[in-house]
Amino acid sequence: MSAVIESHDDHHDHGPAKGLARWLFTTNHKDIGTLYLWFSFAMLLIGGTMALIIRAELFQPGLQFVNPEFFNQMTTNHGLIMVFGAIMPAFVGLANWLVPMMVGAPDMALPRMNNLSFWILPFAFGMMISTLFMEGGGPNFGWTFYAPLSTTYAPDSVTFFIFAVHMMGASSIMGSINIIATILNMRAPGMTLMQMPLFVWTWLITAYLLIAVMPVLAGAVTMMLFDIHFGTSFFNAAGGGDPVMFQHIFWFFGHPEVYIMILPAFGIVSHIIPTFARKQLFGYDSMVYAVASIAFLSFIVWAHHMFTVGMPLAGQLFFMYATMLIAIPTGVKVFNWISTMWRGSMTFETPMLFAIAFVVLFTIGGFSGLMLAITPADYQYHDTYFVVAHFHYVLVPGALFSIIAAVYYWLPKWCGNMYDERLGKLHFWLSFIGVNVTFFPQHFSGLAGMPRRIPDYALQFADFNMISSVGAFIFGFSQLLFMYVVIHAIRSGKQATGRVWEGAHGLEWTLPSPAPYHSFTHPPKVTAADAHG
Amino acid sequence: MSNSNDQSVYYVPHDGWYPVVLAAGLFFMVFGLGDALNAMKSGGDPGWVMSALGFSLFAVVLYFWFAKVIAENHAGLNNAQVKRSYVWGMGWFIFSEVMFFAAFFGALFYTRVLVVSWLGGDGGKAMTGDYLWPEFENTWPVMDNPDNAVFTPPEQSIQLKSFGSLFTYLPFWNTVILVASSFTVHWAHSAIKKGNRSGLVSWLALTVALGFLFVFLQGYEYWELYTHYGLTLDSGIYGSTFFILTGFHGFHVTLGAVILLVQLIRAIRGHFTATDQFGLEAGSWYWHFVDVVWICLFFLVYIV
Repeated sequence: MSAVIESHDDHHDHGPAKGLARWLFTTNHKDIGTLYLWFSFAMLLIGGTMALIIRAELFQPGLQFVNPEFFNQMTTNHGLIMVFGAIMPAFVGLANWLVPMMVGAPDMALPRMNNLSFWILPFAFGMMISTLFMEGGGPNFGWTFYAPLSTTYAPDSVTFFIFAVHMMGASSIMGSINIIATILNMRAPGMTLMQMPLFVWTWLITAYLLIAVMPVLAGAVTMMLFDIHFGTSFFNAAGGGDPVMFQHIFWFFGHPEVYIMILPAFGIVSHIIPTFARKQLFGYDSMVYAVASIAFLSFIVWAHHMFTVGMPLAGQLFFMYATMLIAIPTGVKVFNWISTMWRGSMTFETPMLFAIAFVVLFTIGGFSGLMLAITPADYQYHDTYFVVAHFHYVLVPGALFSIIAAVYYWLPKWCGNMYDERLGKLHFWLSFIGVNVTFFPQHFSGLAGMPRRIPDYALQFADFNMISSVGAFIFGFSQLLFMYVVIHAIRSGKQATGRVWEGAHGLEWTLPSPAPYHSFTHPPKVTAADAHG
Repeated sequence: MSNSNDQSVYYVPHDGWYPVVLAAGLFFMVFGLGDALNAMKSGGDPGWVMSALGFSLFAVVLYFWFAKVIAENHAGLNNAQVKRSYVWGMGWFIFSEVMFFAAFFGALFYTRVLVVSWLGGDGGKAMTGDYLWPEFENTWPVMDNPDNAVFTPPEQSIQLKSFGSLFTYLPFWNTVILVASSFTVHWAHSAIKKGNRSGLVSWLALTVALGFLFVFLQGYEYWELYTHYGLTLDSGIYGSTFFILTGFHGFHVTLGAVILLVQLIRAIRGHFTATDQFGLEAGSWYWHFVDVVWICLFFLVYIV
């Protein structure tokens, strides 16, 4: 071996590089995880600002702050940024930090590609957000970008939006390949699949979903691109195509996508609740099978997003019942979380508060989803604020709360310091109250008939909208407190122990806090109790 | 000390500039391309130069990146576990490509089986046909569009007319070429597994030649279609589905042929051994994948 090569061999002893170069050039799963998490937090603030512009405009009927054209750009970009920029990268960031530590690996399987997956994102979102400043404005056709609104009637900037989606897709696919390779190839000797921690299991299945559906989304936007620039007629009936076909292809991606945003959350909650209930997770095996069933079902329910577009009766019945079937594995999970808490020695630290709120509020979102699954009822609910309330309940106190819970739960392991419990609890209560004040009234305005994606509304909806807007500002600004708590913990929190939480189980807690730069240089010996409590 | 003897150490590379620069190259490539497309549609400065520079940056970084990975492997840094990661990576990448084509095959199925029949007045949405374009008929290939003023229909289709004309049918010979090349790449792989380098080089060279021959003939077919058949991207749903499926397939064949060309150059330079040739094997997997896609295409787009 040459001298150059030998210098590679002792890389395990290296700490991080200095300065900006560390973040630009890193191949370390923890650095990349940190990048993902801060990036998604920045996107949360940008997308959140857009949400507050929307809520400010809707505080009263009439047009006060923005014109309808800009309002449409705000709803569209709020949705796109939150889905692709905030929630998904946050889960990938958590996977980067945690999966190698949980399976006893030194790093991710393909470290350079890991860095590439991250660095594509700032470029993609830079490009997408820049469309807001282009002539004709940014995307204004809703986050689902239905044709022909997004093709025939779209602003010119749609071309950049399409390429941004391609780039995000490439990033997600590479990230997922990396996660799958890490989980399947780099588990410590002795860790069988059915001993893997649930966060690892849920991410394995999520990554599979991502690789299956992101290319379909790429295909959909590619057909849009060809319709716009090369004269094809995929989504134009005058040439024998069909705008409804766009919806089918989009939702074939879109429905698995919503589970991509919730399955890792299930994993996180399945770690936190046993820790603070000081009991083993109830029904580990059924949790795994439930996640797998949900993933399978996610491929055969997509048309429940399109009941009102018109489809054969047999199709409506199939998609209605298939959708309702999802309630069974989901119910199994909720049952298991509650059974885990049953007769546990519970304490209510901040992560546990967020996790319990997740179980309760996600279940509300799940139930409103069941209501929407009923085809004839959906005719009434479709495109109203009821739908907005439903998916915000599963995404904000669902996905986002689980991410916040995960940050509080694992932050001491990451930075070696405890966060301020008092401020954490304050953050929880502000968020909990804010989120419910924002979204609960939207059920009522939706059932009363208020359409979504409108800048102005009839007077009868004024009260509920005013309440909703007040809640949104409480929720939005309390996330600045979250940022303060995290930065404060990193800079001057109390030193954390290795185990951090007395009830915590799993390989990551066997490492010191903060975890060393390269987690497990040599694979640890694994017992079932270590792997998942 | 070398990691190749220590199977418990997973090689984690040092920091590197490739990924972030590659991402930048990708960004300039697509941003310039978007600019160029918009300029074609509504005027303005086309961004071809930016796009070309971005692509060059992208290609150059890929070259250095792959060279580095190959050098690391030759230096014995990759133990069996690291190599397995590459195997998993390639396998799942091909799965993602399968799903990409699935979107276009799905579009073909949906338009051909459902949309055209509804527009033609058959099936569950027969009223669609009555209300929109009553004179439109449910046939495939669609030789008369619902609105011929918006989408000029093709003059002729490229479907196989009768099985008697199979041997004068260019797509048939392209099928023969591509299927044959799947065998030759397999023989190339088998040769090196027996340590037979000259067998590897000659079979691989033949594969690459067949690959580029396929692309050339496909290009010739496109030229014929545009000049003599009147079948273009904008001649309605038949042209749309035909060109997006065969076009992306042709693009993937080109990519696969370039991948195999790189493996050929490596083979000539003495890379690959009887026990270590995953770069070649990954290329051949990719090649079999484009072959399978073509067989589906040949039946669903050209024959049926």
